[in-house]
Amino acid sequence: MGIEVVVEGLTKSFGKQNIWQDVSLTLPAGEVSVMLGPSGTGKTVFLKSIIGLLKPEKGRVLINGVDMVNSPEREIMETRKLFGLMFQDGALFGSMSLFDNIAFPLREHTRKKESEIRRIVMERIDIVGLLGAEEKLPGEISGGMRKRAGLARALVLDPQIILCDEPDSGLDPVRTAYLSQLLIDLNAQIDATMLIVTHNLDIAATVPDNMGMLFCRNLVTFGPREVLLTSDTPVVSQFLAGRREGPIGMSEEKDAATLAAEQTNGSDRTAGPRTVVPQLEPSPGLPVRQGALRRRERVLSMMGQLPDAARTAIMNSYAPTLDGGRR
Amino acid sequence: MTAPLPVRPPEPAAEEAREEAPGQRPPSRLLAPLRQTGQLFALALAVARAVFRRPFQVREFIEQFWFVASVTILPAALVSIPFGAVIALQVGSLTEQLGAQSFTGGASVLAVIQQASPLIVALLIAGAAGSAICADLGSRKIREELDAMEVMGVSPIQRLVVPRVLATMSVAVLLNGLVSVVGTLGGYFFNVIMQDGTPGAYLASFSALAQLPDLYVGELKALIFGFIAGIVAAYRGLNPRGGPKGVGDAVNQSVVITFMLLFAVNMVLTTIYLQIVPPKGG
Repeated sequence: MGIEVVVEGLTKSFGKQNIWQDVSLTLPAGEVSVMLGPSGTGKTVFLKSIIGLLKPEKGRVLINGVDMVNSPEREIMETRKLFGLMFQDGALFGSMSLFDNIAFPLREHTRKKESEIRRIVMERIDIVGLLGAEEKLPGEISGGMRKRAGLARALVLDPQIILCDEPDSGLDPVRTAYLSQLLIDLNAQIDATMLIVTHNLDIAATVPDNMGMLFCRNLVTFGPREVLLTSDTPVVSQFLAGRREGPIGMSEEKDAATLAAEQTNGSDRTAGPRTVVPQLEPSPGLPVRQGALRRRERVLSMMGQLPDAARTAIMNSYAPTLDGGRR
Repeated sequence: MTAPLPVRPPEPAAEEAREEAPGQRPPSRLLAPLRQTGQLFALALAVARAVFRRPFQVREFIEQFWFVASVTILPAALVSIPFGAVIALQVGSLTEQLGAQSFTGGASVLAVIQQASPLIVALLIAGAAGSAICADLGSRKIREELDAMEVMGVSPIQRLVVPRVLATMSVAVLLNGLVSVVGTLGGYFFNVIMQDGTPGAYLASFSALAQLPDLYVGELKALIFGFIAGIVAAYRGLNPRGGPKGVGDAVNQSVVITFMLLFAVNMVLTTIYLQIVPPKGG
């Protein structure tokens, strides 16, 4: 089972520039979460802070009782073995073949025999659809392939927590859809806690159990997916609809004058009730996602605190499954 | 679960951040070099500690050792012949004027073994191997390879820096032996053949003035210089500023910093040595 990640009051600045402040959220164990945000809102920085690569000035990130911000380096190194991180461009070792890249964590951290390593690595290569490319160098393959190889490398140690930095960037829509399904299948198989950072609306709508959004140096919201998908907060609804009208401008935020002008022009800011697309299910033949079962308990118990729209959406999404199990 | 939804940050918060800034700001720019020095020493300490951490990266060490040796052996040998010759000629001409020609051997050999040889070795290691190490680490850093390594729970210091620093150190020591021999032979050749020195006097003065500690200190210097070259290259490589151009700058700086450090440290070591080891001829 995955591990819960608790983030408390995290604040990060580079020099004078504040990236985000006072971010608090909990990634529930074994569930899939997505962090949304316009470009340049520090999503990647957030990911790197969780794993302890960057040190925020304030706040803590608790994983199994280890604070990834302030604990001794030794404990942090040890805790990192629980993680699989997929970098934005793969971050493969340029001097090693794909096979050696993917075998690297196994060779460093386990005493497995070479034949055993070969079996595991080839299995992962198969999962991400790179069979036949294992002897190529990272410089010889396309960006999308590098990305998938990066995912395979993140998976070899059977991580408890998987962090994906923009899994869709550089992939075509079809491959993105496959990748979304792959992430859900993985979650069903190994029950890992997952955090996906993206601004891809398809992934946001179909993959996660929970969603959050970073905007303007703040965590706008974090909660069950229905809360964001039905939210009428201007930032969230603008982002999820991909419209120009709203508080998000070309350079992060619009000034008040433009915003006011937009409002008086009467552009349709309430574009009707949005429908909540059903979440992806694991491929046939795979076990039920334990995270999804736990999530249902959790969400049903917090129904009272949720907005009306979200409550309806949740009831709708659970209605077919409440009596008949999986569709 | 749902946090309040500030569309834009409340103005007072922004002002607060601005007020906080001067308090947090690092002190004056004049102190920046001190910070760099401190970080350099911190890295040296971390490397020294990581040397003893298992598992030792044998393969990486051998590869790096071979690489450092292969780029430095030939230039070192080629540089040391004329260098030994120049010292022999200069000292020979000087001693001839003073009427102490029979001491040419001792004087030129001491100069080669104690000063020239460790410095030649260190300059070549810094220039040929150190720059390559710095560029390698720097490009790995900007491609996020080092981050990826750290994320996988593998310390880049232990995995990459330690084998490289050990390689520069051991190559420096071994190469120092080679350069001492070649330099001495070069000096002998030029003194005996070109300046009509007598082989017997050359060797006799050599054994009259030189002693084993002279060789030891030469090797010790080479060891320390190799360490400095490796550490500085790794330090600049691990902290490049910005993209590919930053890596280029880092390589440049690493060579310059190493050269300056070498000569400073050499002066200190020489002073200490001359103070604590009594000269043989005295």
